[in-house]
Amino acid sequence: MNAALRQTLSPARKPCGALRVLIAGETCDLRCSGALWLPTYRTLIAADLHLEKGSAFAARGQLLPPYDSRATLDRLEAEIAELNPDTVILLGDSFHDARAIARMAAADRARLDRLAAGRDWLWLEGNHDREALAQMGADVRLPGAVVGDISLGALRLTHEPEPLSAADNRHGEVAGHLHPSARVVAYGRGVRRPCFITDGSRLILPAFGAFTGGLSVRDPAIADLFAREPLIAALGRGRVHALAWEKLSGDRQ
Amino acid sequence: MERSGLCGRSVGVTPLPPLFADWFASRGWSPRRHQLEMVAAAEAGSHALLVAPTGGGKTLAGFLPSLIDLAERGPRPATGPGSGVHTLYLSPLKALTTDVERNLMTPIREIGLNIHVETRTGDTKQSKRQRQRDFPPDILLTTPEQLALFCAWEGARSYFADLKCVVLDEVHAIWSGKRGDLLALGLARLQSFAPAMRRVGLSATIEDPDLIREWLSPSALTGEDGVTLVRGDPGAPAVIDVLISEGKVPWAGHTGQHAIPEVYAAIQRARLALIFVNTRWQSEFVFQQLWAVNDDNLPIGLHHGSLAAEQRRKIEAAMARGDLRAVVCTSTLDLGIDWGDVDLVIQMAAPKGSSRLVQRIGRANHRLDEPSRALLVPASRFEMLECQAAREAVADNAFDWEPVHIGTLDTLAQHVMGVACSEPFDMQALYDEIRTSGPYRDLTWEQFEDVVDFVATGGYALRTYDRFARIVRTQNGQWKVRNQHIAQRHRMNVGAIVSAGNLNVRVASRRGGGGTRAWVGGRKVGEAEEWYFEQLTPGDTFLFAGQVWAFQGITGTDALVTHANDKDPKIPSWGGAKFPLSTSLADRVRTMVQDRDHWRVLPPDVQEWLELQETRSVIPDAESMLVETFPRGNRHFMVAYPFEGRLAHTTLCMLLTRRLDRLGVGPLGFVVTDYSFAIWSIKPMDRIDLDALFQPDILGDDLEAWLEESFMMKRSFRNCALISGLIERRLPGAEKTGRQVTFSTDLIYDVLRRHQPDHLLLKTARADAASGLLDVARLGQMLTRIEGRIRPIALSRPSPFSVPVLVQIGRERVGGDAAEMILDESADALIAEVMEDAA
Repeated sequence: MNAALRQTLSPARKPCGALRVLIAGETCDLRCSGALWLPTYRTLIAADLHLEKGSAFAARGQLLPPYDSRATLDRLEAEIAELNPDTVILLGDSFHDARAIARMAAADRARLDRLAAGRDWLWLEGNHDREALAQMGADVRLPGAVVGDISLGALRLTHEPEPLSAADNRHGEVAGHLHPSARVVAYGRGVRRPCFITDGSRLILPAFGAFTGGLSVRDPAIADLFAREPLIAALGRGRVHALAWEKLSGDRQ
Repeated sequence: MERSGLCGRSVGVTPLPPLFADWFASRGWSPRRHQLEMVAAAEAGSHALLVAPTGGGKTLAGFLPSLIDLAERGPRPATGPGSGVHTLYLSPLKALTTDVERNLMTPIREIGLNIHVETRTGDTKQSKRQRQRDFPPDILLTTPEQLALFCAWEGARSYFADLKCVVLDEVHAIWSGKRGDLLALGLARLQSFAPAMRRVGLSATIEDPDLIREWLSPSALTGEDGVTLVRGDPGAPAVIDVLISEGKVPWAGHTGQHAIPEVYAAIQRARLALIFVNTRWQSEFVFQQLWAVNDDNLPIGLHHGSLAAEQRRKIEAAMARGDLRAVVCTSTLDLGIDWGDVDLVIQMAAPKGSSRLVQRIGRANHRLDEPSRALLVPASRFEMLECQAAREAVADNAFDWEPVHIGTLDTLAQHVMGVACSEPFDMQALYDEIRTSGPYRDLTWEQFEDVVDFVATGGYALRTYDRFARIVRTQNGQWKVRNQHIAQRHRMNVGAIVSAGNLNVRVASRRGGGGTRAWVGGRKVGEAEEWYFEQLTPGDTFLFAGQVWAFQGITGTDALVTHANDKDPKIPSWGGAKFPLSTSLADRVRTMVQDRDHWRVLPPDVQEWLELQETRSVIPDAESMLVETFPRGNRHFMVAYPFEGRLAHTTLCMLLTRRLDRLGVGPLGFVVTDYSFAIWSIKPMDRIDLDALFQPDILGDDLEAWLEESFMMKRSFRNCALISGLIERRLPGAEKTGRQVTFSTDLIYDVLRRHQPDHLLLKTARADAASGLLDVARLGQMLTRIEGRIRPIALSRPSPFSVPVLVQIGRERVGGDAAEMILDESADALIAEVMEDAA
């Protein structure tokens, strides 16, 4: 990692295994779960839950296990129990498709209500769930509120990152959508993990959902979003691993 | 038939019909005893298994009854009863169907029979497939995968109503494993379509024919549907030499590089030599090494499963024409295809099993009465023992045995879905039918219900998918596929061979000029497993199709490469031997090691090595297991010699390191060979109670706990998910790459094992991993064998026997929790430093 990036990020290890960095000057904890914790605002952010992805496949004849929503909510519940956030923001694509909320098991719906009780709960719209969220209030009852892009201190929360342009380096943008993952090769074997990716100016979160695949950070769709070499924070067991860009391998799409 | 080499003595049993007797006479041949016995078995309406050596006219023996029957039948109606397929021939290899077609046409043409023969494989054009459906040939030559597809056809029952006989060639190569399960289920289906159908198995190498008779039979072996065993006369014993190198046999290694000049000399003396190796990468290596010493410019070719089909066809044609002097090949040329007049088979590195060796030797000299010639080239000193053992095993006619295989439920799920796509089924009737197949004889009703439930709704305890069921009940209680779209998707995914994700290897060129730097794929050189390219970074050079290439990257399903000028590729990556050492060969090696009189057959340098081992350490007796401990560098080593093959050793090491960790000795890593394994640790291991360490109960909780997390379990689950149809490889219009499949099945595995650990597919995956990937059964036998017979010795330095395994250290990845370790080691050191301060 070059000195400039190190200066900007000022990385530090938290006892829980999270990696604390500064994004646009705001303190951000990149957690092992793949969620983002903003201690200043007591806000928990998770992107791309893709709830009911399993049943979406099942409806088309591929009977993937119907436990993905439960598994995703288990992990979200664990984060909420540990951090007790004032605000939870789901950064878009929380539901896999338009009919996802209707297919959700009653127990999972009830759990959402329980988790949201006593705190602010915001569903930020994404491309996958815009239609699903639009039904809220009318046919569908969900806790919390649906929002578009929002600002929090120096950070601007959005689902899909904007392309990089000369005029605007997207300072403070926190986004999801791309499901970044990193691959490291050693001993003749590759390890692939979901990861955060940041250059200290913008931050992209890994997908939080149990059935969500990943896109290599070396793919131009992700790599081209950064003007300088970013830092990769890969999710490990009980620890977020900070990886330098040159350690990553594979032009794999 | 060219292949059958029919010249031989006749034994009068039943006379052949005049037409056939005359044909044999016109060729100057007389029918062999086993050929006549096969005809007699057919006349008795009996199923039959023929075990006859290569070159014994085996294939003709299998077809002769059908040819006679077809010659005697009256005019064939174009449609309706009597117009269907008469004989279905199934071979494990696509290429074999073409070969057999060519050979079968000779007698048909020469006798002047009006018999229509066609082949059908995955490569057959759509128009031909359609024609075969509308106008079935008399004899259809195809593969087990096609049979699985037939079972999923609408109207399969009437299509096969006239079937008289199914011939299974090289049955030893298909009967066990999932392919064998699917085939057995297919046979049961065919039998219900055509109850009088006879089953005929053909094989050259079978240790225990009763196992295959049991598998082949539609009822138990002793039942009324028993399978007649016909044995051919043994051929001339093979002449097998073990190369005693002029240069010394190396202590370790598995390529046989030291012997290349001698191998080349043997090629010079032969007409056409086949050089067998155990892995594809080894074949590339040997090919390159041979060309490096090829001063006479002998035409030497390369043949392995990853090469582009056109390139393989070219080599095969050149062999058939007699244009080549040698071909370096893998098991792609193991089975009974004849491409030329091979007079010498060279086996580079130990054959790992006597059955495989016999198969390979059989490629030389396809005339029964002349001995086949073979040269074994051991790559190391242990392999010298193994080659000697293999040679003796072949002389004793001792083939490797395979454990009894119980039918797998993922395969059954695929079959049940196929049946539902073909016609509505009654549960009880299908259950009864399935239990007529060998592997599923003991299937319980509960298991069957679970499988049907899995096929219908995924078999989940959380019953939310009833509305998405793939098969549904009709009004009269039968099951049928929900709609044609689902049936179509199933048919696209039929088959029990799950290949690793393969990438096309393409020659790349730069697109455009100036700023654009994108590589574009061009000519296809072949296909190779994705995992191989995953370890390469752009610019790395490697061997493929006999040339050195530079890897440029992967796009989509293509690995892009450019010609490289390097003579030595940067990435050798041969991997170990693909086949584990067979149990019976391992027994022979163990026995040979402790038998001083036996050492005399070995070359002097190997004898010296054994003597040195006796002086420095100990030569254990055949029933005991030697465990050496010694310090080296700042580490402590334990080296043990179970001789049970890499697979079983790897599993054992995984489990032992867990125990050693609990004992507080700090195990750091391990490496294995086919003969031994080494574990090293921070603290000494010579005080450990070895009897307790190697207790067979290690296969209980420790195995369970480790397995759940292991990547082998994930791989095993992926196969089960693909075979059972949980995940589809092919969807209309798009094919998933292996990578996409691997990734999503890992996620599914993680979720499923947390939320429904007793799910059908998890149980199946666990059983598969234990039997196939981990060799747990073999490990169990070994641990029982050595109980109370561990021979520990504490040494001050490494023993001669320990050298082969010790030199592996540093050459290959060491075992352990690799994934986290890789991430940890790759983490930026600077950041790590900063973070430790901050923590």
